[in-house]
Amino acid sequence: MNLVFAGSVITATAPVLFAALGGLLCAAAGVFNIALEGQLLCGAFTAVVVGHETGSAWLGVLAAVVATVLFAALLSVPAVSLGTEPIVVAVGTNLLALGLTSFLMRRILGLGGTYSSPDLRGLPDLPYTSQSALVPVAFLLTAAVAFWLRRTRSGLRLRALGGEPEAARSLGLKVTGYRHAAVLTAGALCGLGGAQLSLGNVTLFSEGMSAGRGWVAVVAVMLAGTSPYRLLGACLLFGVAEALGFRLQGAGLPQQAADAAPYLITLAVLVVARVISTRRRKERTV
Amino acid sequence: MSVTADGVRTRRPRNALRRVVLAPPVLAVAGAALLGALVMAAAGVSPGTAYPALVRGAIGGGNLSYTIASYVPTLGMALAFAIPFRAGEFNLGGDGQLTLGGITAAAVALKMPLPGVLAVAGALVAAVLAGALTAGISGPLATRLGLPAIVGTLLISTPATALASYLVRFPLAEKGTGIAETPLLPERAQLPPLGGSEYVTAGLPIILLVTLAWLWVDGGTVLGYEIRALGAGREFARYGGLPVARLATSSLAAGGALAGLSGALIVLAQPYRYVDGALTSPGYTFTGVAAVLLAAGRPRAVPVTAALLTVLQVGGEGMERDAGVPGQLTQVLEGLIIVLVAVLATARRLRRS
Repeated sequence: MNLVFAGSVITATAPVLFAALGGLLCAAAGVFNIALEGQLLCGAFTAVVVGHETGSAWLGVLAAVVATVLFAALLSVPAVSLGTEPIVVAVGTNLLALGLTSFLMRRILGLGGTYSSPDLRGLPDLPYTSQSALVPVAFLLTAAVAFWLRRTRSGLRLRALGGEPEAARSLGLKVTGYRHAAVLTAGALCGLGGAQLSLGNVTLFSEGMSAGRGWVAVVAVMLAGTSPYRLLGACLLFGVAEALGFRLQGAGLPQQAADAAPYLITLAVLVVARVISTRRRKERTV
Repeated sequence: MSVTADGVRTRRPRNALRRVVLAPPVLAVAGAALLGALVMAAAGVSPGTAYPALVRGAIGGGNLSYTIASYVPTLGMALAFAIPFRAGEFNLGGDGQLTLGGITAAAVALKMPLPGVLAVAGALVAAVLAGALTAGISGPLATRLGLPAIVGTLLISTPATALASYLVRFPLAEKGTGIAETPLLPERAQLPPLGGSEYVTAGLPIILLVTLAWLWVDGGTVLGYEIRALGAGREFARYGGLPVARLATSSLAAGGALAGLSGALIVLAQPYRYVDGALTSPGYTFTGVAAVLLAAGRPRAVPVTAALLTVLQVGGEGMERDAGVPGQLTQVLEGLIIVLVAVLATARRLRRS
């Protein structure tokens, strides 16, 4: 494996990792969050629009975080405060994000499909690399989340109320407060992931550009349980699959194979991992 | 309420009206239309121009027959979501099942010289099987490996759509046109038009009959009862001795079968070929999802909500043509409807308890 390939793996991993960290926090708090796909799209779109209007990529990132947190409130208020089925609300918000970004794209940027412009500045690269400055943030946040969940009182409490909400409530923990915080933080992380997608990985916005990454993040969370390091592993695997897909396309395979590869590989790994873990569980019980 | 017979007689109709107007689905549609108007106003579009253009685009002039033709796959995709949903499974991978069904129907129609009625029937059956298989894989993934069907169906959908796209671009492509489409299907494999209409074909009675059959199975048979019991509570169903895994997988496969059928009914009608992207770009899958969620647990309301959302979907395209308002407004409204109907239903439950 050469350095260029490793670099493209890291690039492909970063946006998924941001979203998956958000999903992991929600899972730890006991909320099944499948709204990541739409939130990534919301972040990617806001980053490009604000980045384009202000001429500053960092203002784009900031706006993406703010807008996506607000968008995540559309999930957190009904799902956490009212007890509405989060899956149904998330199906709605994912569709809303896709429609709203495509609609506003035509009104604000003046065209559908893909928007790119020499005026649109991407995030600056780190010295000596082709990685944007947001990429290391994703990896540092993984370590931070791991430390927080394992080594701090509030992290332990979050995991407690995900596992046993009633017990946590009887100990005086504010279950709804923690859950709101988890869903809104996931929104902020998806804002960062979306901004990295549209201003880091590339410098453009195209309709539906999240292209299933939010769903891959959901799978990564299911593979990882509450371990951020296993989450990192799962996201890196997707990164390898996507980078391989690009390579295959370069080697003359049809584009459709490159489109399908990340999902097929993710599914295959998930199946293998699940088969192994169910076997182990059976051996233990026998 | 008054105790006199008089009072009851005068109040009852008003209460019935109130019940209908304040029902979550009606409020959700009204709320979505209102929020949609706000979005438009914020984006500098006049809702006063857009909404009439939307209605005109769906039912004005010569558009009605096109809208009725679009009702066929929309209702089909609503059933593709509704059948597994009754068993508590979410089928969000409709696009993959729809495209593989469509391309399979096209392949059979082009490559297998079946005589007479068998040409259409063979293509339909093959599409049904392709759709059922594509969705059915998510069954064991869910019941044996614990990957929820909502994630499994969606992850399979992308490669499935890519496969259909590959097939239409290479092995089944019409050579020399530069457009990713199959050749024109032979005439015997085309669905007969209905009453001299340009767009409406025998697909309409087919999908209506299938819908009636589903309503009967759901409401009037043991199988339907078992599927609903599964949807009401998995542990309860297991305790009651139901074959949980088998029911879940079959309901997913049945949903996929309906999606495959919808794909075939699109391809065997105007323009009588599989065109890459033509099955996914109108957004049948999520219009169907929104129709089912809008029906709020009433299966008999699904054909009605599907009709309403077909008007929204086709009207959106007309609105873009006539008034220059982006047709993606349809997705905005559908997303808002899904969120609002879910929120209103829980708000109402909370108030009652």
